[in-house]
Amino acid sequence: MSEVVSALAGARASGMVELADAGATGMITLRGDHALLGAAVQAVLGLAMPEVRRVVAGEGAQVLWMSPDELLVITGYDVAPGLAADLQSALGDAFATVAVVSDARALIRLSGAQARDVLAKLCPVDFADFPVGALRRTRAAQVAAAVWRTSDSDWSLICFRSVAGYVWEALVTVAQPGGEVALYR
Amino acid sequence: MLLLTCPCCGVTAEETEFANGGEAHLKRFGPGSDDADYEAYMFARKNPRGVHFERWRHIYGCGKWFLMARCTMTLEVFGTYRAQTSEPPAEIVAKIKARRPEWEGF
Ligand SMILES: [Zn+2]
Repeated sequence: MSEVVSALAGARASGMVELADAGATGMITLRGDHALLGAAVQAVLGLAMPEVRRVVAGEGAQVLWMSPDELLVITGYDVAPGLAADLQSALGDAFATVAVVSDARALIRLSGAQARDVLAKLCPVDFADFPVGALRRTRAAQVAAAVWRTSDSDWSLICFRSVAGYVWEALVTVAQPGGEVALYR
Repeated sequence: MLLLTCPCCGVTAEETEFANGGEAHLKRFGPGSDDADYEAYMFARKNPRGVHFERWRHIYGCGKWFLMARCTMTLEVFGTYRAQTSEPPAEIVAKIKARRPEWEGF
């Protein structure tokens, strides 16, 4: 059995905010009609379908609204294959796909009062109107990313594994002490 | 800088979150069509000074294609609408006419 290693291998950094690689994380992509996907998510995870650009969080999983025909389930790395199989059987022959993509992306956690300032340095997003539970797919510097707010001062960011090092370096750089911009208070 | 609202996910963002896909509402001429039609489909573009219809993709966001009416001179965006249409919807046309009474129409 090979050893699971996340793209950032547990990296941590601290500056204007605390940055941490979330480590190996289970991720399942669901594609298809949202009504179909919502029913499967409810049956298997016991979670409601997220509204547009929202995240629904439960005990063992988060469900992310990714696009009009796509959801992403964030869960434990080890339980992802089992959950995916359950989701697949809940969907049956319906026109939808389930794929375990745990190794495709990196998940970075940001925490601290200045998290929005740090994110705003990389993403062309107005973070003034960004409630807890909201999600935004956007650009982080030069690459695609998704960010969502898990609490007042906690944020999650995902990007593709191949650019994880780039996004990490960019975040660490813009979060260096001395780079305070006090845009959001 | 253009400010676009994606009709697929509702996000309003600046243009670097999107990718331009060229002129919208082209009629495709494929195998069996005559050379002049095929050449026009491949190469002839309106390139107007003023009201223009374009394909855009929310490439860093939801990933969906959509269409947009805008002014190439002032960068004013008249509206965005679903990609699955063969001509601009009536409300977009009405909006353009209100802002550009001299516009000759689609
Ligand atoms: Zn979109």
